[in-house]
Amino acid sequence: MTITPETVAFAIMSVLVLGGGLGVVSSRNLIHAALYLALTLFGVAGLFVLLEAPFLAAVQVLVYLGAIAVLVTITIMVTRRLMGITENVNRQWPVAALIAVLAAAILGFVVISQFAGVYPTQAVPPDTIERMGQSFASHQGFLLPFEVASVLLLAAMIGAIVVARD
Amino acid sequence: MADVLASLADIYTTIGNLLTRLFVDVLGASPELASGIIKFLGAGLLATSVLLILVFNIWFERKVMARIQDRIGPNRVGPWGIFQTVADLAKLFTKEIIIPDGADLVPFMIAPVISVMSVVLIWAVVPFAPTLIGTDLNIGALYFVAVSSLGVVSILLAGWSSNNKYALLGAFRGVAMLVSYEVPFVLALLVPVILSGSMRMGDIVRAQSIPFLVVMPVAALIFWIASVAEVGRQPFDVIEGESEIVSGYHIEYSGFAFAMFYAAEWAHGFTVCALMTVLFLGGWRGPGAEQIPTLGIVYFLGKTFLVYFFQVWTRAILPRMRIDHILSFSWKFLVPLSLVLLVLSVLADKLGQLYIPGYAVAGSFVDLLPRTALLLVVNLIVGGLAALWVAGLGRRERRRQEAALSVASIEGRAAQQAR
Amino acid sequence: MSEWAFIALLFVISAMLPMVPIVGGRLLGPHKPNEQKNSTYECGVETVGDTWVQFKVQYYIFALVFLVFDIEVVFLYPWAVAYNQLPLFGVVAGIVFIVTLAEALLYAWQKGALEWL
Repeated sequence: MTITPETVAFAIMSVLVLGGGLGVVSSRNLIHAALYLALTLFGVAGLFVLLEAPFLAAVQVLVYLGAIAVLVTITIMVTRRLMGITENVNRQWPVAALIAVLAAAILGFVVISQFAGVYPTQAVPPDTIERMGQSFASHQGFLLPFEVASVLLLAAMIGAIVVARD
Repeated sequence: MADVLASLADIYTTIGNLLTRLFVDVLGASPELASGIIKFLGAGLLATSVLLILVFNIWFERKVMARIQDRIGPNRVGPWGIFQTVADLAKLFTKEIIIPDGADLVPFMIAPVISVMSVVLIWAVVPFAPTLIGTDLNIGALYFVAVSSLGVVSILLAGWSSNNKYALLGAFRGVAMLVSYEVPFVLALLVPVILSGSMRMGDIVRAQSIPFLVVMPVAALIFWIASVAEVGRQPFDVIEGESEIVSGYHIEYSGFAFAMFYAAEWAHGFTVCALMTVLFLGGWRGPGAEQIPTLGIVYFLGKTFLVYFFQVWTRAILPRMRIDHILSFSWKFLVPLSLVLLVLSVLADKLGQLYIPGYAVAGSFVDLLPRTALLLVVNLIVGGLAALWVAGLGRRERRRQEAALSVASIEGRAAQQAR
Repeated sequence: MSEWAFIALLFVISAMLPMVPIVGGRLLGPHKPNEQKNSTYECGVETVGDTWVQFKVQYYIFALVFLVFDIEVVFLYPWAVAYNQLPLFGVVAGIVFIVTLAEALLYAWQKGALEWL
């Protein structure tokens, strides 16, 4: 296997994602867990860049890091006392770890057996964003999902305000 | 002779070629490694110059604010006080970095670093000249919005890890304000993307035969207001609140950590001026900029400093707004205004494209005139109606308060006479 | 991909650049912690009780409304990039999207979610 800069970048991003994920579930302090979550989301953005989907990477940073991570952190900060609060460790963590390892092994086996040796044959066209925009507005494309998404966001807004007002 | 002039005219490509030849021929590196080293040097130069131009900016701002306030400003350290900022930063460097009791050390130290990073990373996509840009990403416009949203995370980190109620309160207010103004920021940013049909910053500059400030002035104004609020400058500086909550989220910072926050805020102020220039004023465009790319950076810096002068001017004359006024202004005025503007301009432009002969969406100055005229008219109508509505609001509010006041005074007099 | 190499390099450099003076300041600068200096700042008086901020639902609601609008804008960017090639129908599709979200804003406004009390 040749070591290219992309390989190094992939290794770094994978470490960020996996390390961040481990940090979220194993950290005693909730705020540290939120920060590890932000690290994981950032690693995912990096993976999107490596997959030649820069638009998704920017969206990931903008929406997940800039809005969702902020929301999660604000919620944690206003519902807990500051500093020195460690959460209780879940007593059943050995069982949970076993189940998680089994699930990961099964998924990994399925993915590797199906996709081993499959490499992308087409280059990514340079104007993907423009094509995406055009498909948002065409019947053969994603017009209906585009409009349904706006209704979904309206529903989300209404639901969130109703829940928060209680 | 003509050869030397030609290479001087495009000095950036010349330097790039010279360096590549140096690395490949003299030092025997492969072309990829050479380009990697050049990128590294370029990145280093960019990061350092962003932080160094800060020194000049702070002096410029203090002098201009002083003159507007009828005083002189720094004039002791160096001729006209130009070394004042250097002295201030040197002083901050020698101060102890006090870590408060119970503070969370890692977030405490990381917050200023993330703050600085979120500003410096924006400059990677700013086009200084036709051939001088960090990297012309095909998602340039969205990239810098994403990066500046990282600054929000750093404020939360700073406020939290200081273990101080007031820092946390300041951080929450700051986040609420930043988050509220990000929406009009991004909506107004849609306008240059629509007008130029691309998110690349290089394309946006090249499409501005007529600067977008003239084509859609209300969108430029919305972008300007939202970006000044994003930075946290007056009149939106409740984040700092110097006389209210004593420095907000950076109460507990001292020494160079504080200097980094300070530097990040000033640099961010200058950065949004640069973005305004690129998106709405035409960036490096000017007479002769296409033929002589070296001139591009001169026009760019000139326009950016002009915009920065306006920013300092508004800072000096406007009082600080209250936090609830700031938030209402964004959600109840700027967002509806920008949505209405977007809908009407897009509709008018598309109808113009279909039914007006000779209506071009790209090209030279003359080609773009019909589009400019149509969109300018739509903008002025929308802006005029918004202004009238706001004036009407003000009038109704004043009448209501005068009515309440006169009722109170009549009752007061009646009560006095009854006594 | 090579475009992003510059960004990765700038990321690393802009992370190093502030860290060097901060670390240098801690190593070279004075380091005399004493009880008064390290205590939490509260305008000169001692802090009473735990550091605790009263829960105000407004912080949460603003972030939530921002989230909805952020996602909306993300959908609008590809539409904006393809704008010049779209027929009138495509533009109307985008306008319908924007109008639905303006309705969401109006709902939030009427329900008083945008107040700061």
